[in-house]
Amino acid sequence: MMDLLQSEIFANLAYIIASMLFIFGLKQLGSPETAQRGNLISSSGMLLAVLVTLISNQIISYEWLVIGLVLGILVGASAASFVKMTSMPELVALFNGFGGIASLLVGSAEYLGTGSLGLISLTAIFLTLIIGGITFSGSLVAYGKLSEILPGKQITFKGQRIVLVAIFIAALLFGAQLIFNFQMVEGWNPLFSFLLLISFALVIGLLITLPIGGADMPVIIALLNSYSGLAASAAGFVINNNVLIVAGALVGASGLILTNIMCKAMNRSLANVVFGSIASSSSGAVNPEEVGEIKPINVSDAYLILEAANSVLVVPGYGMAVSQAQHAVRELGELLEENGCEVNYAIHPVAGRMPGHMNVLLAEANVSYDQLQEPEDVNPVMDTVDVCIVIGANDVVNPDAKENEGSPIYGMPIIEADRSKTVFILKRSMASGFAGIDNPLFGKENSRMLFGDAKESISGLVAEFKS
Amino acid sequence: MDNLFVLLIFVLVLAIFLGFELINKVPSTLHTPLMSGANAISGITIVGALISSGSDGGLWTTVLGTAAVFFATINVVGGYLVTNRMLGMFKKK
Repeated sequence: MMDLLQSEIFANLAYIIASMLFIFGLKQLGSPETAQRGNLISSSGMLLAVLVTLISNQIISYEWLVIGLVLGILVGASAASFVKMTSMPELVALFNGFGGIASLLVGSAEYLGTGSLGLISLTAIFLTLIIGGITFSGSLVAYGKLSEILPGKQITFKGQRIVLVAIFIAALLFGAQLIFNFQMVEGWNPLFSFLLLISFALVIGLLITLPIGGADMPVIIALLNSYSGLAASAAGFVINNNVLIVAGALVGASGLILTNIMCKAMNRSLANVVFGSIASSSSGAVNPEEVGEIKPINVSDAYLILEAANSVLVVPGYGMAVSQAQHAVRELGELLEENGCEVNYAIHPVAGRMPGHMNVLLAEANVSYDQLQEPEDVNPVMDTVDVCIVIGANDVVNPDAKENEGSPIYGMPIIEADRSKTVFILKRSMASGFAGIDNPLFGKENSRMLFGDAKESISGLVAEFKS
Repeated sequence: MDNLFVLLIFVLVLAIFLGFELINKVPSTLHTPLMSGANAISGITIVGALISSGSDGGLWTTVLGTAAVFFATINVVGGYLVTNRMLGMFKKK
C-alpha cells in the first residue's frame, strides 16, 4: 500500500486533483456568496499537494523541513490572525514577497544541488531567479510604502530609466552565461553569474517600485501578484512539476487581469505607470480662475441637507482609510436609512492603495456588500442622487477627466459626483490630490466643502442625527 | 527538446488561458480577497521547497530548501487565513 502511495503516478494524480481544486476555488472566489467556500476549496488543494509531497519517496530526511514548516506556520498564522484590517494592503504585499523569495530559493537550491543541468532546467532556473528576485524586493518596497516605513511619494533619481535598462540587459547577459556557460573572461565561474543575477533581480525590483507614487500602488501590487505566480510557474519547470505550473499560471493570469483593470481605471498604460510619472506631465493644470468659489459648510448645515435627502451616495477614497472613518460612515449610513433615505457606496477601482481596498474597509465596518457599487452602476443614475458625500477622494471624482483635454488625467473613468444635486467634500484642507492637480469639482455651484478630519466630521453628523 | 518539456509548456499555455477566463468577471468588491487568495495559491512553490529541503542534495540545497519551506509556508498559511478572515466580513444584510 505504501509503495502505491509513494509511487510517482499516485503523486502526479494527486497533483492533478490539487490543480482542479485550485481552479474550482478560484472560480468560486469570483462571487461574494461563494467566495469563502472557494478559498476553503483552494486551501484543501494546497493541503493535498503538500501531504502528497511529504509522503513521496523524493523526501528522505524530515528534520530540516519540519523546522521550516513549523516556523512558517507559526509566523504566517499569527500575522494573519493579529493584523488589523487597515494593515491588510501591506500584509498582502509582504506575503506576496515571501512567495517570490521562496521560488527564488527553490531555483537556487536546484542550481547548487544538482550536478548536471540541461538547457531547459537552466533556463527555468534563470527565470525563477529573476522573477522571484523582482517579486521579493519589489514587494518589500511596496510593503514599506504601504506601512509608511518608506515615504509614500515617488522616489526617483536622474537617469533612473537608463540605469534600469542597463541592469536589465546585464541581467540577461549573465543569465545567458548561466544557461550556456560560455567563456566570458578567463577563469569566470558560472557561480558568479548566478550570484550577480540574483543581485540584479533584487535591484530591478527596487528600481521598478521605488518610483511608484501612492495613487499608483494598486497597479504595482496587482503586477507583483502576477509575478509571484509566474515565479512559481518557472519553479515548476525547474522541478518538472505540473501542479506548480498550473497554479502559478492561474495566479499569473489573474494578476495580469487585475493589473489591466487597474490601468484601465486610470486610463493609463502599464508602461506609463511603471516608467512615466504623472506629475511630470501635469502642465495642463486648470487655470485657478476657472475653479469657482470654494463654499465651506459646517456640520449642522450639512445635517439639515442630509436630513431632507432621499438618496445619498458615499464616495470613499484613501482619506477614509487614513482617518479610519469607515465605522462612523456605516453608522451615518444606517441613521440615514432609518430616516427613509437610500444609501449607496460608489467605489472607484483604484480608490485606496490596493485593488478593492475600500470594499474591504467598508465590509469590515459591516456595510452590506450589495451597497458597494461600481462607477458604471452609479453614473447613469447620478442625476437622481440628492447628496453625494466624497470622503477623502479626489482624483476619482475630478470632472477634468471628462471636460479638460489638457488635464493629465483626461480620459480616466471617474465617479461623476458633480452631477448629483449636492456634493459634500470632506477634506482636511485645500491640498491637491496625489496626481498633484487641481480639482474643479470643489468650485462647482453644487459643491460644499466640509473641512476637517473625515472621522470627526462624520461623527459630528452622526451626533446631529441622534440629538 | 524532450516530450515532457513540450507537454509542460502545453499545460502552461492552457492554464494561462483558463486563468484569464476564470478571473475575467470578478466584481471589484472582491479584488482584494481575490488577490490575496491567488497569492496563497502562488505559495504552491512549497512543493518544490519541501523536495529541496528533504532530498539530501547537499548542505546548500538543504539550507536554501528549508528557507524556501519557511517563506512558502508563511505565504500559504498566512495567505489563506487572511483571505478567509476578509471574506468572513463580506456579508449581505
